Amino acid sequence: MGDPVGGVRLPPHLARAALLLVNLAVAVALTAGIVALFGASPAEALSALVRGAVGSETGLTESLLEAIPLLLAGLGVALAFRAHLWNIGAEGQLLVGSLAAVVIGTRLPTWPAWLLLPAVLAAGATAGALWAGLAAALRVYRAVPEVIATIMLNFLALNLVSWAATGPLREPGQDIPRTRLLPEAALLPAVGGGGLHAGMYVALAAVAVVGVLLFHTPAGFRIRAVGQNPEASAAAGLPVARTLSLAFCLSGALAGLAGAVQLAGVTHRVYGGSSPGTGYTAVAVALVGGLHPAGVLLAALFFGGLVAGSNEMQRTAGVSSVIVSVIQGLVLLLLIAGPRARMRLPRGTEHEEALAADQRFDEEVTAERGQRGLASNSREEPR
Amino acid sequence: VSGEAAVTVLSSGVAMMVPLLFAALGELFAERSGVINVGLEGMMLVGALAGVIGAVFTGSPWIGVAAGAAGGLAMGAIFAGVVVTRGADQVVAGTAVNLLALGATGAAFRALSERSGSPLAAPTFPEAAIPGLAQLPVIGEALFRRNALVYLALLMVPVSTALLFHTRWGLRLRAVGENPAAADTMGVIVARARWEAVLLCGGLAGLGGVYLSIGHVRSFSEDMIAGRGFIALAVVIFGRWRPGGIAAAALLFGLAQGLGYSFQALNLRAPYQLFLALPYALTLAALVLRGGRSAAPAALAQPYQRS
Repeated sequence: MGDPVGGVRLPPHLARAALLLVNLAVAVALTAGIVALFGASPAEALSALVRGAVGSETGLTESLLEAIPLLLAGLGVALAFRAHLWNIGAEGQLLVGSLAAVVIGTRLPTWPAWLLLPAVLAAGATAGALWAGLAAALRVYRAVPEVIATIMLNFLALNLVSWAATGPLREPGQDIPRTRLLPEAALLPAVGGGGLHAGMYVALAAVAVVGVLLFHTPAGFRIRAVGQNPEASAAAGLPVARTLSLAFCLSGALAGLAGAVQLAGVTHRVYGGSSPGTGYTAVAVALVGGLHPAGVLLAALFFGGLVAGSNEMQRTAGVSSVIVSVIQGLVLLLLIAGPRARMRLPRGTEHEEALAADQRFDEEVTAERGQRGLASNSREEPR
Repeated sequence: VSGEAAVTVLSSGVAMMVPLLFAALGELFAERSGVINVGLEGMMLVGALAGVIGAVFTGSPWIGVAAGAAGGLAMGAIFAGVVVTRGADQVVAGTAVNLLALGATGAAFRALSERSGSPLAAPTFPEAAIPGLAQLPVIGEALFRRNALVYLALLMVPVSTALLFHTRWGLRLRAVGENPAAADTMGVIVARARWEAVLLCGGLAGLGGVYLSIGHVRSFSEDMIAGRGFIALAVVIFGRWRPGGIAAAALLFGLAQGLGYSFQALNLRAPYQLFLALPYALTLAALVLRGGRSAAPAALAQPYQRS
C-alpha cells in the first residue's frame, strides 16, 4: 500500500504508525480542550496523567495491572475481527468467564494450587468460549447478526452474574451482592512486591499463541482468508462456517480468560450488578493495535497506562477519571473516520454471501458423498 | 391480582416504556435508512445530562427538553459525520460514541456538581391528566395521568408511521435503507437521507434520556441509562421495524423492567434479574425463530459511497 503521508512515501507499517500517533495526539488535544471547558487546567491534568501512568513504580505497576485484562480481551476481539466477525461481546464473555472461574475456585477449595489455579483459568476460558459459541451458532445456523447477538448476550451475562452474586453464590451474611473469596490456592502468584501478578505472563503467552495461531497455522490462515474474502474462501473450499465458529469460540475463550485472570489476580471475588467495561475498551485496543498481536500488546499498554494515569489525574488535578473514555472514543472515531483509514472491516452482505456459498459447498459435498454411497456426516441443516 | 397492584405494575411499565419508545423510534428511522446506531445508549446519556443542565439553569423543564434533544442531536451529528459522510464502520463508530458519551457526561457532571456543591435537582414536570380518559379504570391512571413527555412519546408512534409510510420523505428514506445504489440512480441523495434519519435518531434518543432525567427521576446519575439504549435496539428488532410493533415491544419490555425493579424493591425471593434479562432473551428467541434479518432493512449497516 504505502500511502503517501505528507507527500512522503513511507512503508505501510510506518505510515500506519505515524497516522496512529497523529490520531492519538489529536484525541488527547481534543480531550484537553474538554478538560479546559470544565474549568480545570489541561496542562496540569496531562502531567498528572503521565505521572500516574509512568511516573513512579506504583504508577507503572498499576498501568501493567490495567493492561493485563485489556490485552487478553483485546487479543480476543482482534482474533474475531480478523475473521470479519463482529464480536462486541467480549464484555459478556469476560463476565461469564469470571463467574465460572469463581464457581470452580470456591467449590474445590481442597485442591492443591498446581491443580486449582489452572482449573480456575480453564473454567474462565471455557465459559467464555461457550458464551461466544452461542453467538456463533446463532450466526451460522440462523444468520443472526453477531453484533445484535453479542449485545444481547452481554446483558444476559450481566444479569446472570448479578443473579449469581445476589443468590446462589452470595457470601453469607453480606449486604453487598458478592461471592466468597477465592481460596489461596486459586490465586495467581504475586510478581515482585508491588501487587503485580503472574497473569502478566499468561497474557504475554497469549500474545505469542495468538501470533503463532494467526500467522503460522492452517487454522490461522483460514481465519484470515475467510475474514478477507469469504466468497473466495468458500469457493476455494474452505469450511467458512466452521472457521467462523472456531474464531468466535477462541475469541470468547480469550475474553473469558481475561475475566478469570482478573479474578484470580486482582478482585479475588465476583461482585454483582456492575459491568467493568473492559470488553468495550477491548474493541478500541484491538483496532488501535491494528488487529495484530504485537500491536494489541502496545495498545493494551497504552490504554492500561491511560486508565492508571487517570486515577492520579482525578486525585491531583480534579478531573474525573472517566474522561479517559473520551480519549478512547475519540481515538476510535479518528481511526475509522480520519484520513486514509484503510482498515477493512466486516460488512453484513459479505457474511451472508459467504454463508450461502458455504452452504452450497456443503450441499455439493453431501450430494457427492450420496452419489458415492457414503454416509453423509455433513452439518445438519436447519429445516 | 388486585386492581391497585395492576395499576402500580402498569404505571411503572409505562414509565419504563417511554425512554425505550423514544429511543427505539429514533433507531427505527436510522435503521430504515440503512444505518445501525449502536451508540443509542451514549446519545441518551448526553440527552439526559443536557436536559438536566438546561432545566436547572433556566428553571424550565421545557427548555430542559429542548436541550436534551439538542444534546442527542449533536451526538447524532458526530455519528452521521463519521458513518455517513466518511463511510466508516457503523458498529465501531457506535461503540466509540458510547465511550465518548460515557466519559464526557461523567466528567461534566462531576465538574458541575463540584462547582455547585449540590446535586443538580431539575425542576419538576407537571402531571397533566387528560380529562375523561384519566377517569378510565386502571389504564386511566397508568396512561392518561402522566406528564407531557409520556404523551409526546405515545404521539410519536402514529407520527412515525405517517412520516415513514405516508410521505415522500419516508419513501426515500426507506429506499435508501433497502437499496442505496438504486435509490441513488433514481435521484435520491443517499447521504442526505441518512443524515436526516440519524439526526432524527439522535434527537429522539436525547428525548429518551431527558425523560429519564427530568421526566422520571428529576436528576442525573452517570449510570442512569443502564443499558436502555441497547434494549431499544432489541425493541426495534422485536417490533419488526414498524412503529406499531415497536410500541408493543417497548410496552412489553417496559413492563418486564418495571416488574424487575418492583420485585427488587419488594425484596421478593424470586430473582428480579429474570425480568431484567427478559428483553434480551426474548429478542434472541425472536431472532432464532424468525432467522436472521428477515424483516431488517436490506442495506442495514452497509456504508454507501457514491462511485
